[in-house]
Amino acid sequence: MKVILRHPKRREVELAGRRRVEELLKELNVHPDTVLVIRGGELLTRDVVVREDDVIEVRPVISGGAGAPRRRAGRCE
Amino acid sequence: MRCRKCGEKAAIEIRRHNTAFCAPHFVDHFRDQVERAIRGQRMFGPDQRVLVAVSGGKDSLALWDVLLDLGYRTSGLYIGLGIGAYSAESQQKCETFAAARGADLLVVDLAGEYGFDIGEIPTLTRRAPCSACGLSKRYLFNKVARERGFDVVATGHNLDDEAATLLGNVLHWQAGYLARQSPLLEESAAGLARKVKPLYRLGELETAAYAVLRGIDYIVEECPNSVGATSLRYKEALNLLEATSPGTKMMFLQGFLDRARALFVGQEQVALHDCPQCGQPTTGDACAFCRLIGEVQRRKAERAERRARRAVAAAASAQR
Ligand code: SF4
Ligand SMILES: [Zn+2]
Ligand SMILES: [Zn+2]
Repeated sequence: MKVILRHPKRREVELAGRRRVEELLKELNVHPDTVLVIRGGELLTRDVVVREDDVIEVRPVISGGAGAPRRRAGRCE
Repeated sequence: MRCRKCGEKAAIEIRRHNTAFCAPHFVDHFRDQVERAIRGQRMFGPDQRVLVAVSGGKDSLALWDVLLDLGYRTSGLYIGLGIGAYSAESQQKCETFAAARGADLLVVDLAGEYGFDIGEIPTLTRRAPCSACGLSKRYLFNKVARERGFDVVATGHNLDDEAATLLGNVLHWQAGYLARQSPLLEESAAGLARKVKPLYRLGELETAAYAVLRGIDYIVEECPNSVGATSLRYKEALNLLEATSPGTKMMFLQGFLDRARALFVGQEQVALHDCPQCGQPTTGDACAFCRLIGEVQRRKAERAERRARRAVAAAASAQR
């Protein structure tokens, strides 16, 4: 299957065989609460099995914050 | 996995609530959470005018979408920061979003209206771009809200943002920031507009899922200046805790709001008065934004002078 990753840069990896989303994320070393797994506009939960011919996007959901804040720790507005 | 409401195939699992929803029921859940935040905190009513600060990212566009959907009176405000390709793309996302919904989008362009942008801050000054950017945005949200008669400014901060900010403020015991960290900051007599965060009960997985399920085309890439932000490390730390104890972030934030924040309020009283140059509220002499503009103009003038001197010298040596 083709997996599109968006972080830190957009890149694609090819993986052979079918597996559950949960296993896919473990292999990619991605924490499941930090990404959406998308197949053709559809969101997949971690128990779904993805197949050899699928195109899967793993999209990060963590937004950064203001860089190098001296005092303000938060996310930028 | 199945939807808790209807038993259909689930689109998203929310471990914090130990539940899962199909797409339509998740959208209902999202709306409910936003309405609960707005009503529970008395953020604004259906007749009030809401200025939604939009960046083109998932949170702010999801916020604007849900407020439009719930029938609130909103306008979007986009600030053109001039951060290269990131700004160009994020502005286009906001414009496309607003046009598709017939919604009102206000745009303030830093370069066009104030003669500088965030992209040139590092070459002109010693300031970190984010500090100049943050103060410019806060200033402009407030200014536009007051000048154009909005009742409230809404930002897209979500549960993860708020929990990470809280962790940072606690680690450094920032009493003043702790006093002001709230999903609702009342308008102040000195001229600060009311500020609200209607997404504070929703995690960023949920705001992203909502954006995707509603077909919102948002900018996935981050601002290049956010790379390595401390708040990302705080988010990672909280995600680690959340993984083994779902609900930790919500408990941390809600517990602070319910039981601890009041202890900090009033500890750091700051007196606000009008900036002599622009009239916006400030604690110091001239406000931070006017000082920033002053500094930028000074540097630009110095640079122009150096260039002119070099040109004169070059012309003189050419004549010789
Ligand atoms: S990351 Fe920094 S420069 Fe980028 S939008 Fe946020 S505050 Fe501004
Ligand atoms: Zn359902
Ligand atoms: Zn001023």
